[in-house]
Amino acid sequence: MLKTTPLHSRTSALMQANQWRRWAGYCVASSYEMTHDREYYAIRNACVLLDVSPLCKYSIKGADALKFLNRLVTRDVSKISVGGMLYTPWCDSRGKILDDGTIAQLGENEYRLTSAEPNMRWLQDNAVGMQVEIFDVSDKIASMSLQGPRSRELLMTLCNAPLGGVKYYEFVNTKIAGVDVMISRTGYTGDLGFELWVDAAKAEKVWDAVVEAGKAFALQPAGIWALDVARIEAGLIMLDIDYTPANKAMTDGQTSTPIELGLNWAISWKKGNFVGRKALLAEKENGSTIQFVGLEIDHKEFERQHHELGLTVPYPFMAWRAVIPLYVDGSQVGYATSGVWSPTLKKYLAFGHVQPKYAQPGSVVTIDLTVDRYRRPFNAKVTKLPFFNPPRKKDILGEK
Amino acid sequence: MSKTSNNHYDVIVIGGGHNGLVNAAYLGKAGKKVLVLEQRHTVGGATVTEEVYPGFKFLIASYLISLLRPEVIQELELARHGLEIMPLESTFVPLANGNYLADWPDHEATRHEIERHSKRDAEAYDEYARVMKRLAIALRPLLDMIPPDPTSVTAKDLETMARVRGVLNNMTRDDFHLLSRLMTMSAADFLDEWFEGTALKGTKCTSGIIGTFMGPRSPGTGYVLLHHYIGELDGTFRAWGFARGGTGALSQAIASAAREAGVEIKTNSPVAHVNVKNGEATGVTLENGDEYTAGIVVSNADAKRTFLKLIEPKHLPDDFVSDVNRFRIASPACKVNLALDGLPEFTSMPKGKEALLRGSIEIAPSIDYVEQAYDDAKYGGWSRKPFMDALIPSLLDPGMAPPGKHVMSLFVQYASSDLEGGWNEEKKAQFLDIVIDTLAEHAPNLKKILIHKHIMTPWDLERMIGLTSGHIFHGELALQQLFFLRPSPQWSNYRTPIKNMYMCGSSTHPGGCITGAPGRNAALAILEDRP
Repeated sequence: MLKTTPLHSRTSALMQANQWRRWAGYCVASSYEMTHDREYYAIRNACVLLDVSPLCKYSIKGADALKFLNRLVTRDVSKISVGGMLYTPWCDSRGKILDDGTIAQLGENEYRLTSAEPNMRWLQDNAVGMQVEIFDVSDKIASMSLQGPRSRELLMTLCNAPLGGVKYYEFVNTKIAGVDVMISRTGYTGDLGFELWVDAAKAEKVWDAVVEAGKAFALQPAGIWALDVARIEAGLIMLDIDYTPANKAMTDGQTSTPIELGLNWAISWKKGNFVGRKALLAEKENGSTIQFVGLEIDHKEFERQHHELGLTVPYPFMAWRAVIPLYVDGSQVGYATSGVWSPTLKKYLAFGHVQPKYAQPGSVVTIDLTVDRYRRPFNAKVTKLPFFNPPRKKDILGEK
Repeated sequence: MSKTSNNHYDVIVIGGGHNGLVNAAYLGKAGKKVLVLEQRHTVGGATVTEEVYPGFKFLIASYLISLLRPEVIQELELARHGLEIMPLESTFVPLANGNYLADWPDHEATRHEIERHSKRDAEAYDEYARVMKRLAIALRPLLDMIPPDPTSVTAKDLETMARVRGVLNNMTRDDFHLLSRLMTMSAADFLDEWFEGTALKGTKCTSGIIGTFMGPRSPGTGYVLLHHYIGELDGTFRAWGFARGGTGALSQAIASAAREAGVEIKTNSPVAHVNVKNGEATGVTLENGDEYTAGIVVSNADAKRTFLKLIEPKHLPDDFVSDVNRFRIASPACKVNLALDGLPEFTSMPKGKEALLRGSIEIAPSIDYVEQAYDDAKYGGWSRKPFMDALIPSLLDPGMAPPGKHVMSLFVQYASSDLEGGWNEEKKAQFLDIVIDTLAEHAPNLKKILIHKHIMTPWDLERMIGLTSGHIFHGELALQQLFFLRPSPQWSNYRTPIKNMYMCGSSTHPGGCITGAPGRNAALAILEDRP
């Protein structure tokens, strides 16, 4: 049986189109309305509320909690203090990425790790000999994501927390509708936004309060389809789509490293040893064989070819998730993994993985797209990521 | 001000409407030194968003975007300059009997909805949509074409005529015949051939009359219907979108692209006249007496204003002056904005379907209703029950109103620009009351939530924005003044009888709506003459 999230009573009441999907064994909305358009536009122009409860969450406590995490992940967890968070990947000993998620420091020697996939066994195996307690709190904590340019104003009508000054990747503890809530300045949209972490048993009360207050800010419930468009614009990778976790890969060729995925910035070389460091250092010195890049597909030509045939242009409004070859001069030099039309940027965006010599911004590769049943090559230009990065993502109030 | 080299430009564009700005941006990108002169305090012309009442942003003239050329968006990189367009996904038509008709963002849902009214229409609707889409694709290239002179045998005109011929060749025989008939018939006759449902025909006929002083039974409205189908948003034809921040945000985005291309924009600079010497435009004089010289002068103003007010007739050939004089420009369109302390509750809106408020709301229950609205106005009057195309922008962009409050934008027809006895403040108030009473019949709580009301009549559109007769298309989109006949048979290619003087407004092909096409096409014509 599929499990439902602690917010299912609320999300199911809002569902108009019967468009559900599975996420980590839970049932969540793909889109509430018949198309995801309005949900997407609300992310960029108003605000949306997403049920992201299926995220895996682990409580990590004990004298060696920091030591453990710094051994586990690639980033330096000592850089944050209580109230701080960071995004990080983690790898196996070959430097192959297993998962990516966030770490929040909740207190002295107390952290919370989120991940896309269950990681309990890996966490326990790496904690051997350390004074650390690891609990799976996935079902105990509901999480909802409030994203969009009006999200902060909305939350400020609901709680006393000084949200105006909360920076990107910081969090505060406060109360909404009498319920304890942790609000973090995080999200998966590349926009101004927050995530609310709350006791699963009381989550509905918080959801209701946000929805009620949201009426004044054109709040829209949103599902994964809208999120998928936003996350590509924001240049954010997705497990199983843009990389295969090392523990699922059947061959070495299917794995990726953080360096290949453009996450060099999330590797701390100075903090001491961590799982995969040796292999990653070697890759850093010897170079990678493949590099993650942003691509802008020549949509004008795609459009022209359709008009020439008397056809309307099938814009990829819904993000595609497929492995599609990329070529230079007829030879395959890599592959694309996600793509979507960006209604905000008016560009056809994709994520690609190409040989490093083609990874410089401005390089052009070709991708095959279908025009009226036939595959035809189109240019795709390597572009700096993120595609979309508005100042409001990181701004704090009183600062322009 | 003395004549210094600082006052000399390659190009002066009179009027900072959206087409003037597009024109300037293209010429700036081509390396010209361009000056845009706008009479008002802000650029945009009829493409503006204004805070008429504190905290509420009103769409005082244009309100939606559809025909804006994708080429203009891409070539001027308007997304990078801040343009965001959100599609309107539904239409809600309240009917007098408490029923309603809706158009949903889902094809099948719309089919089921039409089925509620007529099973036959639900099937015809698919075929109708497909045919209109095919015509739109076929005609699309004409929008971006500099109209040829069909009587000319110059290489250029022959080549363009061949391209027109190519457009027609791309159509099937059946489609071509359908197009020929649609172009010359009335929207009502055309719709009668397809549908039986009163409500469906009522809402569909409105595309044929928006902005024109014709009724759905007037021949020629078939073309206007098609004109509104050629618009596209991200490849979806007949889609209309709302620009975040209102249409004024579009003008600001184009202005930003223009400035980046080196264009200078001066606001509060009304032009008194174009200076002409020996049949050549040499510059302009502002109302305050300032003079600017330029190698090229482009007018974004409509044809009447340009050639009957900004230029002395003695500089123009008589036949051209009479062409401009008879250019049909009487207008029936008003714009109403309401500041609301809540949402209107339509008695015919079914519970659970309130999402329909976020789309278009049309008061057009039947062709008869719309035709009657026209009849009331055509002898210098106004509709006793006007047609309205409404929208609640604050539901799409909460920045349009303070939290919890709303803005409602209403496009209203018909109120004659040639009102008997002339327009004045009292008559404005009277017609505004009629609009509110008519809407309140469908949404009885309207008057209770009304905080502020504002109307732009044709009179206001003329005196504030400078549109002759307040015509939103700078002249009727009637067959006798389209393509190579717009605005005058001999001068339809953005050039004018005065050397170095060009037109870039909606009085030229392809006409009105926020398209950017006249601005872009005029820039291409200018660059042909002066690379």
